[in-house]
Amino acid sequence: MKVTFPHMGNMYICVKALLDDLDIDYILPPFTSKKTLEIGTKHVPECACLPLKITLGNLMEAYELGADTVLMVGGCGPCRFGYYCEMHREILHDLGTNMKVITLEPPHGDVKEFLRRIKNLTNNAGIFKILHAIKNATKIAIAVDDLERLTFKIRPREVEKGAVNEIYNQFKRDVINLKGSKEIIKFIEETEKKLLQIKTDESFKPLKIGIVGEIYTTIDDYTSFSIQQRLGGMGVEVHRYVTVSNWITEHIIKQTLKLPRDLRFAKAARPYLGTMIGGHAQETVGNTILYAQDGYDGVIQIYPLTCMPEIVAESILPAVERDYDIPVLTLIIDEMTGEAGYFTRVEAFIDLLHRRREKKQVEGKYILSGN
Amino acid sequence: MSKKIGIPRGLFYYQFYPFWKSFFEELGAEIVVSDHTSRKILDEGVKKCVDEACLPVKIFFGHVENIKDKVDYLFLPRYTSVSKKEYVCPKFGGIPDMIRNTLSDLPEIIDTEINLRRTEKNALKAAIEIGRYFSDDNKAIKKAYKKALISYREFRQQVKKGIFPGELLDNSANRVQNRNKQNFSPIYDMINIKNEDKYKNNEDKYSEDKCDDKCNGDRSEEDNNLFNGKNRINSNMKLNIAVLGHGYNLYDSYCNMNALYKLRNLGANIITIDMIDENIINEKSNLLNKKTFWYFGSKIIGCAYHLLDRNDIDGIVYVMSFGCGIDSFICDLVERAIRRNKNIPFIILTIDEHTGEAGMDTRIEAFIDMIRWRKKYESDISSHGKHVYMCQSSAR
Ligand code: SF4
Ligand code: SF4
Repeated sequence: MKVTFPHMGNMYICVKALLDDLDIDYILPPFTSKKTLEIGTKHVPECACLPLKITLGNLMEAYELGADTVLMVGGCGPCRFGYYCEMHREILHDLGTNMKVITLEPPHGDVKEFLRRIKNLTNNAGIFKILHAIKNATKIAIAVDDLERLTFKIRPREVEKGAVNEIYNQFKRDVINLKGSKEIIKFIEETEKKLLQIKTDESFKPLKIGIVGEIYTTIDDYTSFSIQQRLGGMGVEVHRYVTVSNWITEHIIKQTLKLPRDLRFAKAARPYLGTMIGGHAQETVGNTILYAQDGYDGVIQIYPLTCMPEIVAESILPAVERDYDIPVLTLIIDEMTGEAGYFTRVEAFIDLLHRRREKKQVEGKYILSGN
Repeated sequence: MSKKIGIPRGLFYYQFYPFWKSFFEELGAEIVVSDHTSRKILDEGVKKCVDEACLPVKIFFGHVENIKDKVDYLFLPRYTSVSKKEYVCPKFGGIPDMIRNTLSDLPEIIDTEINLRRTEKNALKAAIEIGRYFSDDNKAIKKAYKKALISYREFRQQVKKGIFPGELLDNSANRVQNRNKQNFSPIYDMINIKNEDKYKNNEDKYSEDKCDDKCNGDRSEEDNNLFNGKNRINSNMKLNIAVLGHGYNLYDSYCNMNALYKLRNLGANIITIDMIDENIINEKSNLLNKKTFWYFGSKIIGCAYHLLDRNDIDGIVYVMSFGCGIDSFICDLVERAIRRNKNIPFIILTIDEHTGEAGMDTRIEAFIDMIRWRKKYESDISSHGKHVYMCQSSAR
């Protein structure tokens, strides 16, 4: 059995650590590229959401390298993600690949069942070993997200442009050559140290933008045209609440163990979006409000065309924009999206935010002198 | 003066209107339904709603605009789930919020959540919450709820006989609204009348098999088979076409540019998803490796599997709105199932606000022509084969 799994941002790092630690034989799909997207677009229904296309492309590329089993997480709706596993299964079947799709459904409180399924995968590894591996993988997910957050902070302030990208991109490339959580954690720590040594201009006050939207498109650099890196390069500090580790800890671990979750976003969103409707719609609305309250200059919403929950969120955001006086730019991505047009809109938005900030400062002074 | 409650003629209107009509009437509220979908309603919806939304949601926005100034309350329940372990669609769950945050000058919105995902008992709970707007008497609300259930079941039962919900609702509900008929083509009226008559004639025949949705576990498949035996809609029509899709896409003739009536006019008997017994559909949808967690998903797939079991279906039409997240998956699964199992003609009619009627006509006609041609061709082959055989045998 040679397992594979689709890409989603930096998730491959913690999945890799998990599979390494459990001695499961696997093939890491090549990083998402134009070819991946082409394969996906060819075989996935046109109106399906973009992440399904990309992930199928990943699986096909892994299949060509010899993978025969797919590892997917499931879900129970209402958004389409929970049914990806079945779409993959059907499409892979019709393509004649004979790939087996194993779905890990979120345990919904049934921890034993969840562990049993993992046990089956691992030729009956001991329960202690499994728990230990899960713990380390979670730790890595958190560390990788912290690392990314650090790049968000340093990038706009770096003195020598491109310094962060050089270290960070190298990390993402080289981490696949390591084996096991121990080595990976060490490498993360080293990278963090290197990042912290980058010379920064502390007097620089960057624009601050919050990133909200559908999880895949906001997390996955290929899909979002590395917008977070690009914004950093333009001297903008970005922040994003939704991350892989946040998803693992909030949705899987805390729900399984019935721990209290961090629901600040839900509370903030409630007057605008009363309930959970699937995907990350409530996060999108709620986090936009939190960003406004935290004094961010603007918010960018990113989602793939036809994404149902984000369409609901998009129609609500103008009200938040008005009530909280925070500009929101919505970017919708599909396989046809051209990079140039996309960044023209982003640049125009940044200009707008700069002008707003200057205006505010001038007004601030005026009021002061008026006093 | 009784309070006026506005119900937009969109989305679940085609499914649950009879329920709410009888519920609200029982509680003494006056119901105002928006006009039939028209260019004006569609344009209004397209203007107000985010571009990315699907056509039915845009149309729904138009309907809300159409009645919002005429009523005391807007009835926009949050349909999170109408069946166990299933959701409807994220947009259904978010529709009251989408409307509230997009349109202005709205009356009070009744947006009680209807969530039967865990238990169907929540239906009564939601009904009581809604009833509270019109009555303080819990007993009266419960009574209204029971009455509403009966109306609802009767309605579903009538649909099972082959009458489109749109027609039933037009005939029974707001006759006043019906005066405003300019939205319909002459075809519609013709068929509408024809159908009404047919229904009247057949009333006695049908009354015997009045049966509760819930208690017909022992009904044989034969009884539910619209095209076989006594329930055959019209035996001298030649083709049996099954139409799959969401109610609001199938029965809003403006939305689908009269697709169903066009099919009828080309000589097709039509069976839609709502005319097939729920038990059969549920049973079939359970055959999936992982049951879908969408109400529409399970229904449509279950229905498609059932259709593939039958040999009296000449073609399957899938009406889907462009950009529908659920259909993008379900329609694909249906298509795969059909391709794998049976060589039955299948067509997808995608509708959005830019779809041209001419293109739609051409596609429907071509589809029907193809089926007829195939039927003829196939029967030619067999008779031809026979003929050859006979020639040979006589030559010997
Ligand atoms: S959140 Fe949106 S893009 Fe992601 S799976 Fe759901 S519908 Fe698709
Ligand atoms: S089910 Fe499809 S067509 Fe209906 S509201 Fe949802 S996305 Fe739109």
